[in-house]
Amino acid sequence: MAVCIAVIAKENYPLYIRSTPTEDELKFHYMVHTSLDVVDEKISAMGKALVDQRELYLGLLYPTEDYKVYGYVTNSKVKFVMVVDSSNTALRDNEICSMFRKLHNSYTDVMCNPFYNPGDRIQSRAFDNMVTSMMIQVC
Amino acid sequence: MSPTRWDFPVELCCRPMAFVTLTGLDVVYNAVHRAVWDAFCANRRADRVPISFKVLPGDHEYPKCRSKRTSYEWYIPKGILKTGWMNKHLNLVPALVVVFYELDWDEPQWKEKQSECATRVEIVRQSLQGRNTKVAVVLIQKKAPLPPGEDVIASERAAALCNVCELSGKSLFVLPHTDHLVGYIIRLENAFYEHAQTYYYTEIRRVKSHKEFLNKTTHQICRLCFQHNTPLDAIAQFRKHIDLCKKKIGSAELSFEHAAWMSKQFQAFGDLFDEAIKLGLTAIQTQNPGFYYQQAAYYAQERKQHAKALCNHDASVTYPSPDPLETQTGVLDFYGQRPWRQGILSFDLSDPDKEKAGILAIQLKERSVVHSEIVITLLSNAVAQFKKYKCPRMKSHLMVQMGEEYYYAKDYTKALKLLDYVMCDYRSEGWWTLLTSILTTALKCSYLMAQLKDYITYSLELLGRASTLKDGQKSRIEKNLMNVLMNESPDPEPDCDTLAVKTAQKLWADRVSLAGSNVFTIGVQDFVPFVQCKAKFHAPSFHVDVPVQFDVYLKADCPHPIRFSKLCVSFNNQGYNQFCVLEEASRASEVLENLTQGKMCLVPGKTRKLSFKFVAKTEDVGKKIEITSVDLVLGSESGRCVVLSWQGGGGDAASSQEALQAARSFKRRPKLPDNEVHWDSIIVQASTMIISRVPNISVHLRHEPPALMNEMYCLVVTVQSHEKSQIRDVKLTAGLKPGQDANLTQKTHVTLHGAELCDESYPALLTDIPVGDLHPGEQLEKTVYVRCGTVGSRMFLVYVSYLINTTVEGKEIVCKCHKDETVTIETVFPFDVAVRFVSTKFEHLERVYADIPFLLMTDVLSASPWALTIVSSELQLAPSMTAVDHLESQVDKVVLQTGESASECFCLRCPSAGNVEGGVATGHYIISWKRASGMDSIPVIRTVITLPHVIVENIPLHVNADLPSFGRVRESLPVRYHLQNKTDLVQDVEISVEPSDAFMFSGLKQIRLRILPGTKQEMLYNFYPLMAGYQQLPSLNINLLRFPSFTNQLLRRFIPTSIFVKKLAIEYLGRRGDSWMTPLLLLRDDQDQPSVFRQRPQGSAYETHCDLEL
Repeated sequence: MAVCIAVIAKENYPLYIRSTPTEDELKFHYMVHTSLDVVDEKISAMGKALVDQRELYLGLLYPTEDYKVYGYVTNSKVKFVMVVDSSNTALRDNEICSMFRKLHNSYTDVMCNPFYNPGDRIQSRAFDNMVTSMMIQVC
Repeated sequence: MSPTRWDFPVELCCRPMAFVTLTGLDVVYNAVHRAVWDAFCANRRADRVPISFKVLPGDHEYPKCRSKRTSYEWYIPKGILKTGWMNKHLNLVPALVVVFYELDWDEPQWKEKQSECATRVEIVRQSLQGRNTKVAVVLIQKKAPLPPGEDVIASERAAALCNVCELSGKSLFVLPHTDHLVGYIIRLENAFYEHAQTYYYTEIRRVKSHKEFLNKTTHQICRLCFQHNTPLDAIAQFRKHIDLCKKKIGSAELSFEHAAWMSKQFQAFGDLFDEAIKLGLTAIQTQNPGFYYQQAAYYAQERKQHAKALCNHDASVTYPSPDPLETQTGVLDFYGQRPWRQGILSFDLSDPDKEKAGILAIQLKERSVVHSEIVITLLSNAVAQFKKYKCPRMKSHLMVQMGEEYYYAKDYTKALKLLDYVMCDYRSEGWWTLLTSILTTALKCSYLMAQLKDYITYSLELLGRASTLKDGQKSRIEKNLMNVLMNESPDPEPDCDTLAVKTAQKLWADRVSLAGSNVFTIGVQDFVPFVQCKAKFHAPSFHVDVPVQFDVYLKADCPHPIRFSKLCVSFNNQGYNQFCVLEEASRASEVLENLTQGKMCLVPGKTRKLSFKFVAKTEDVGKKIEITSVDLVLGSESGRCVVLSWQGGGGDAASSQEALQAARSFKRRPKLPDNEVHWDSIIVQASTMIISRVPNISVHLRHEPPALMNEMYCLVVTVQSHEKSQIRDVKLTAGLKPGQDANLTQKTHVTLHGAELCDESYPALLTDIPVGDLHPGEQLEKTVYVRCGTVGSRMFLVYVSYLINTTVEGKEIVCKCHKDETVTIETVFPFDVAVRFVSTKFEHLERVYADIPFLLMTDVLSASPWALTIVSSELQLAPSMTAVDHLESQVDKVVLQTGESASECFCLRCPSAGNVEGGVATGHYIISWKRASGMDSIPVIRTVITLPHVIVENIPLHVNADLPSFGRVRESLPVRYHLQNKTDLVQDVEISVEPSDAFMFSGLKQIRLRILPGTKQEMLYNFYPLMAGYQQLPSLNINLLRFPSFTNQLLRRFIPTSIFVKKLAIEYLGRRGDSWMTPLLLLRDDQDQPSVFRQRPQGSAYETHCDLEL
């Protein structure tokens, strides 16, 4: 389904990033990093909106020739970025959105762990499994 | 074929315009026609419709329309789009042919002219055979047209003309040759443009119906969409085009051609997009030309890779001859046709040799293409775009790619420059994977150029904790770094070009042999080196008489232990630098060798603590000592030497975030053996304050608060030394504590001399009063006087400083110690003064009457908690007031306890003053006083009270009475009334005396008399009291005819209305001669009623009242 899933801290450093092992990892890192340009812009554009009325899902960030990059930002400015293969046209916007929600829930579980220090890299098996399930689904 | 074969033909790159030909115009010999032509051609600005005009003779031969084949199969091997097609439609085949003809509606020979015009139209139609080109007729007329509908002949004839020429009414125009030529021309032009557009739309539909993928037109469609401000359509068209062509790779041996073509497509679209933006289109962050340039660059890179794989022919392979890429004519019939297949109409490649030679030729040509240059140009175009559309990270990414491309192109200097520029962006955002990748490339560049300092810097960071390299890689880099430090060449970096490595090895060898410039100082605060450093003072402040202590903690993150040769710490006061250097022990001290060996070695992951201490200088008391840098030296001066320099107390680009995380963490750290600490738990403390030695003296203040306003308030300071040795140079600073309200400074004065009052010239704070030396246990006392000019609370500071000699770490220093005490003192008014005006009858007065005596009463109420002595009081009258008798003080030497009051009474008179607004000034009341407890030497304070103004009123007649203070039953009581005319008029006065039961009287009972201005009239009555007690006198009534306002009520204020009548006395003691006017000492009793004390003559006894009634 997704080829790369990343969680980015409020300060824009990666908390978690995983991509399909078959492809160049660095390429996805760069892709996620550059997508933060658009995320930043979108966040600053909706900065004035009330927090509880805000839509967390940012939609398609930018299309490249081969991939589509989607974004999602939590109220605490933690960003989720998902890269999907462009050829995968079956995936609709609301499906992406629900994937992000699932990811957010799983992230919330990580945060609830008293042994996790907010801001540290995420090293959670449950979160890993969730990401894996999103990445290997047949499309 | 030239390397520019991927460039588009000119006709594709120009702005497409409708092609319209004008016939029937003789622009050479006919002035009118010339003017019409000029109006069409001149001033073709952007706001006019895009038409290209051409004047042609009516019988011009247009390109012939070929018969179309019914099947497309015929075209496939041959080609789809002929190279001349675009040009043909832009410049040869018109959309509209306009026939100009001179013809007025009232032409006499109408029939002839009409048929001539029809012939001309027919000729044009002939020459356009088979084309859908439109034809229009313009009649050039000399007369201005009538308004439509009015000219019946015109409409009839126009219809007839259309019929003859087989034209629709819309294609017939009239051009009156009048003053407004340009206006008519523009209208004509717009009509032409509409016709032309209809033509092109039908043509496009026709072409489209041929085949969907006529890709070359995409370009023009996109441009038209941009021109028509529908960028989304343009993008959609382009996407459709690309998706279609992406998979049509063609020959595998020439796959680079496809990549090149794709690259060109993207670049062209980027150019189009950019051009549209320049013409006013607004692009957004996620949809801007940068993306297309970027994609173009990726295809260019792909082309490079394909070319590298396909064109790696041996040097022995030669270019085929004859050149299969040459054609006889030099041009191709169709776009995208292989030159050697010209005219071949079938799929089977009949000549495989020819085919092979052709492919080889193309491949060899490709080798000469500088791919990197193309890639870099495209990338830099993209960078420029992304910069414009607020994509800093995209920009950085593209710059990394540019850097890498430069690296492949072997331009290492440029590569390093770019990579170095963007590195900090990735570092500051903590994208370590990306940073490591960039650093790895940068390290290769610096190796290949043998740039020592860069090589070392990148190695330091690649060994550090931010690097995501595997341990094996790190080991290799660390080994190389050690080699470099030992003045040897490092091993080459993996995956480098072998040729470049050879050159680099030579360069490194040269570097080794060069002497000098072998010390590299590297400021590490901006990156993440493999040694971390934290410096920490033991305390935020140190007393000057104890040594300053601090620790430097070091930790190495590299895979193998590392030795350093020197550690030095620099301070803002460089005098301390010398005490904080740790160096390899000299060879001589072998015993220490082992110890220092261990100390100078950093074991990976272990925190090493190095402790320093020094004695602060006494002149640094009150100053901050700051660590400005910590320098760690790796390598030796004999080889190469790297100085890692941390600014301040350590820390690098990543440490602040790490410190934040560590502070947030609740994780319990595992227990470590003693004298080992967790790195995260160390908090940098790079500065400390030097504070003075703790004083060992006591300072006591003795005083009696609150202070009274303006008094010389006495503050006794006692200083006692508890030091073990003599203290010198004891100095006292006392007074108002600085930093309070500025007005207080103006109104507070301090002096050491209490004998005289201090004035404005005295300061608010006395500083550094020398009071000598003190032996251990000795004490001294100093009195300070403070004068406070306003009430309120003030903070006073008493500060004692002294010098003492002491020893720290065997070093004798002179310490300056000080002790301060602050005290808050309230200042209050010593007393309240109340002033009243009363009549001679002690009745309250709202106003006084001119020339009539009244009483001024003053009450001084003590508000001081301490007893006050009123030394004296004084009444200073204003010139407008006069005293009726003496004004001596009645309260001299009176001591007032808290809450007690002293009153005085003065009889005054105010001469007529006219009507003064706000009343007449009374004068000042001055009280001289001091504390009852105060010593004689303490000066007396004079407090001046300004008395209130009083309203003075004139009265027409003043009446006063002369009568004894009391009467006796059956004893004559003479009463004399004085009537004084105070006006300038003669007064008619009616006087009557009403009888009273208590008195008999003799005198005028009723009289009417006149009193001249300024004169006095006396009325004498003899009253004869009949009853004892307080008796009402027979009342005197006066009526002034001129002043009806002068009432008897007013009169009662001046004259007594009753008198005390005594019973018959057994012993007559004589009448007192006291008059009403005697000043009295009044003391208020408990009921707040004034009681009158009179002095009695010596030897007098109490009057005894006889009970006998006579």
